[in-house]
Amino acid sequence: MLSSDGRRVIAAWIALSVIATPLVAIFFDRVIPPGNGSVQASEQVVDNSVMMAILTPVICLLIVVFVYVCVTHRAPKGAPLTDGPPLRNDPTVQVYWIAITSITVLFLAGFGSYRLLQNGSGGGQGPSPIAVPKGPKLQVQVIAQQWQFTYRYPSYGGVETPQLMLPSDTLIELHVTSLDAIHSFWAYELGVKADANPGVDNIAFVKTKGPLAIHVRCAELCGLWHGYMYDIGHVIPQTQFASWIKSQQRDFAPVAKYLPKYSTTYYPDPQRRAG
Amino acid sequence: MRATSLKVLGVALGLAVAGVLIGLYVNTLTTANGSPSYTVPVHSKGGHPVVDLTIETVAAVGPQLSPGHPDYVSYLVRNTSGKWIRRTVWRLPANATVHVTIYNFDGDSGLRNPLYARPQGVDGNAFLLDGKRTVVINPDDTSHTFAVPAYGLVVPLSGVADDAKNQCGYAPCALSMAHRTIQFTFHTGKAGHYRWQCFVPCAAGWIDGFGGPMQTIGYMDGFIDVV
Amino acid sequence: MTLARRLVGFNLLTACVLGVGGWYVGWFAAHLVAGPSLDYFGDIDFNELSIVMAYLCGVLGFLLGLGFFNYPFARLRGYPPSLREKETGGISRYFGLCTDHKVVGIQYLVGIGLFFFIGGLNAMLIRTELLRPNHQVWPAGTYLTIVGIHGTMMMGMMTSGILGPFGNYLIPILIGARRMAFPRIEALTFWLLMAAGVILETTIFFGGFPTGWTGYQPLGTQSNPGIDCYYLFFALVGISMTLLGLNMIATIVTMRAPGLTWTRLPIFAWGVLSTAVLMVLAAPVLIATLGMALLDRTAQTNFFISAQGGSAYLYENLFWIFGHPEVYVLALPGFAIVLEILPVFARKPLWGYRLAVAGLLGVTLLSFFVWQHHLFFSGINADLRPFYMLSTELISIPTGFTFLCGIMTLWRGQIRYSVPMLFCLAWFFNFFIGGLSGVFLSDVPSDTTTHGSFFSMAHFHYTIMGGLVFTFFAGIYYWVPKMTGFQLNERLGKIHFWSMFILFNATFAPLFAAGFLDQPRRVVTYPNNLLFINRWVSICAFLLGISMLVFLYNFVKSLVFDRVPAPADPWGSKSIEWQLPSPVPVHNFDRIPVFTGDPYGYGENSGPVAIPAGAPAGMN
Repeated sequence: MLSSDGRRVIAAWIALSVIATPLVAIFFDRVIPPGNGSVQASEQVVDNSVMMAILTPVICLLIVVFVYVCVTHRAPKGAPLTDGPPLRNDPTVQVYWIAITSITVLFLAGFGSYRLLQNGSGGGQGPSPIAVPKGPKLQVQVIAQQWQFTYRYPSYGGVETPQLMLPSDTLIELHVTSLDAIHSFWAYELGVKADANPGVDNIAFVKTKGPLAIHVRCAELCGLWHGYMYDIGHVIPQTQFASWIKSQQRDFAPVAKYLPKYSTTYYPDPQRRAG
Repeated sequence: MRATSLKVLGVALGLAVAGVLIGLYVNTLTTANGSPSYTVPVHSKGGHPVVDLTIETVAAVGPQLSPGHPDYVSYLVRNTSGKWIRRTVWRLPANATVHVTIYNFDGDSGLRNPLYARPQGVDGNAFLLDGKRTVVINPDDTSHTFAVPAYGLVVPLSGVADDAKNQCGYAPCALSMAHRTIQFTFHTGKAGHYRWQCFVPCAAGWIDGFGGPMQTIGYMDGFIDVV
Repeated sequence: MTLARRLVGFNLLTACVLGVGGWYVGWFAAHLVAGPSLDYFGDIDFNELSIVMAYLCGVLGFLLGLGFFNYPFARLRGYPPSLREKETGGISRYFGLCTDHKVVGIQYLVGIGLFFFIGGLNAMLIRTELLRPNHQVWPAGTYLTIVGIHGTMMMGMMTSGILGPFGNYLIPILIGARRMAFPRIEALTFWLLMAAGVILETTIFFGGFPTGWTGYQPLGTQSNPGIDCYYLFFALVGISMTLLGLNMIATIVTMRAPGLTWTRLPIFAWGVLSTAVLMVLAAPVLIATLGMALLDRTAQTNFFISAQGGSAYLYENLFWIFGHPEVYVLALPGFAIVLEILPVFARKPLWGYRLAVAGLLGVTLLSFFVWQHHLFFSGINADLRPFYMLSTELISIPTGFTFLCGIMTLWRGQIRYSVPMLFCLAWFFNFFIGGLSGVFLSDVPSDTTTHGSFFSMAHFHYTIMGGLVFTFFAGIYYWVPKMTGFQLNERLGKIHFWSMFILFNATFAPLFAAGFLDQPRRVVTYPNNLLFINRWVSICAFLLGISMLVFLYNFVKSLVFDRVPAPADPWGSKSIEWQLPSPVPVHNFDRIPVFTGDPYGYGENSGPVAIPAGAPAGMN
């Protein structure tokens, strides 16, 4: 049924895939970010590795086919113009292609949804999250404003501080909101990204692991200093966290009476200023 | 042959015009809204570099200092001859102590986030407001802030009362006019390029108060260049 | 005719004069209505109504000067319908309103090419800034305007990048007609685009805009008045797109010559048709959204200002309802051109014609159901995310049809590596990488790290630049001999191709890594560990810009100086445009042809694709 060309290509494809796919499956997660800083980040690495392993045979097929075709089926230089065979269709090939691509795509979508619905994968899920991990959670509010992130801890009296410190081995419920433009809270090592929309409470979950430094960046263009809107947070041991938050409550005690009551969204007064 | 030389001339002319237009475009972009650097003079105290930085904030920068935007609020720095210049990129030495004096001639606007009413990142976590040691001000009385987020430095600047006499119109503002004096000290670390900004929505006329001068280097934003 | 006689009349010069005049009229009129200040050289002239009115009246004056209102006025006064605008021959037709679709096609080619290079210049300026993380070449606010101009110019201009030049030139010929359904509207779409491009470039005089090409609110409300130029540019582009799409649909559906059934229509025409459907349905949403944003800035409405009761969120959604079909407007013509050119240089029929059409139509349909994938982390209802992940992944199935048809067309062919063929083969490589990265981006867990980062930037540059722009050049090298009657130098073309292909990949492939390594989009600085990547990318980008100059050199040298005449059919194609002389005569066909088959009859001993009823001169 298959021509000799077809047999060669299929054989080469199978050979290449059999070599490449296990290599990718085994080694890809060592090079792919964002690393193992949190449970969600590790899960993202696994997701990326699985996807790459599934896509590897696809890549191999295209490489083999194109190299083979471009080399073997080249018209000889200087020869008169001759036509190729009038092949217009082959229903078998179509059926195989449609079936395989559809199955792959549906599997990827299903796999992605399944992984997403387990705990949200660190992304912002809006005010009514559906992928809520079980267990006690520490609520941390991320307030984005032009051009700095500040953080409020409602379970510690609503203390607000410009530093991000999180206790290790804790499930954190992040509430991300904004006071002005649209920002995006991207904690790289934790694998967390949630847009900060004014008037919207965007909830993301992350389970921290051991102590590490977190690079927090703003991932949505928010004005002049968007590129400079970053800071470095830390995941610290739980005992250290308890003493840290006490020190923040002390440091910011003078301003505590001026802070608005903790709320998931804020509409600050000075929005229309005439100088 | 004549046709060819006409074509060559035409193409050359086109290239020249394109070059001029591109040059003008790039030049407009480079010179629009930046700020040249000002090197703050350093003196040494027992081998340790110390810098005195004197700044003023004004309600309207005036046509002399900014012909393009005379009504923008702005920061100004005083140079060694005692003149106020509109430069917001300040060169400071590394590992130095910086004593800052700010004269604020502008009225209050109010903070969007009251957290910035508490000074941070300065010696003693406090500043001198008109000579009095202050650890927090009323957020609604804030006129501007001087903040270097990379240093965790925030200092709120109290505003001139609305009914104060002898308020300053256009900069430069003489010290005889109504103003508040804010003094604080901070320390620079290693070399780097750190941005500073104001956190108060103080830009008159923009919907959120955060447009115009608030997003233009040379007015309410700048860099400290630590070398 | 004396020079003075030539200059007076409805032409480009008059149009520019009336455009500037209209600008001042609009400015003063709006001041009378709304604003107290005539101090328009001074500061904070917040009479944005005057800026908007000035530009709108300027555009109207520009169109008036070109002569677009002549025909409607004539009809109002009772003159009979006519298709003749000024029919002076020669080069002056290209500098005004001309209803010859071939002239409009070439106008589009040069006009879009010009703005493409301006957008590319802005890209070079962006990469100059990113050579060093701690050094400001442009002040940070100006940098954002440059980023915005680059993105906006490219997106606005290249949406018509294939339909404009090649659609307008070729569709009537491919379907056996002498004109488009609405020739004056066809010319209007071009001149609107040119006026819009000029408006966008003047944004720097009003302070620029800080929002990038997406124009998100509420950042847009904080902008200087320069953002009105952005809104007006895109609104005019939207109008141009809608009209262009309408024209294409009307032409292809109603003006096909006898014998040209839907199954014999060249695949390029199918691509144009699908793209036109997308344009017509998506662009009006953009126009409405930008209109609301303009009202927010001029009439003190609060559609998108959260603190005053509006919703910044709404803007995002409305924008992407347009924005996603928009990117398929950019991608689909590329599919169409590749599938049209491949059979010619593989000397085989297009394999799987119906499957290819199904692929184009499938992408068109699905593209309306995926836009939330730009908003996965914006706080949308979490229930929606699996659905949009599924719909986005599903789009790769019809896209795959194009790949299958392309591969099988090449299979066992007699492949000639001409310059257009090289660009089409490169399309497969580039779009494949772009598509694979799209699969990663559509997977929500993976997107958590890559959304809003340089990974997503690399993805869309691979699909749009690696897809559309490469096929744009393929179309140029393929069809310019037909359009002008002169050949482009093959050697220079190959140098251009290889340098562009290698440098394009060298520039954009590392950006995937940059995104994965924590570099967000549109940033003016980055951490020091990304210095090497950014510097490499910047230098490769500069070299890529130089490779474009190779193309310009080839274009000018071949068409202005060498002028080697091209035969009617230099590529050996069976498609109908190659059975006509080069350049195509004014009336296209002396007699409307009758189609007997599709243009892919290679190896089948079929006759010509169309038979003229009778045997007019010039057709063999």
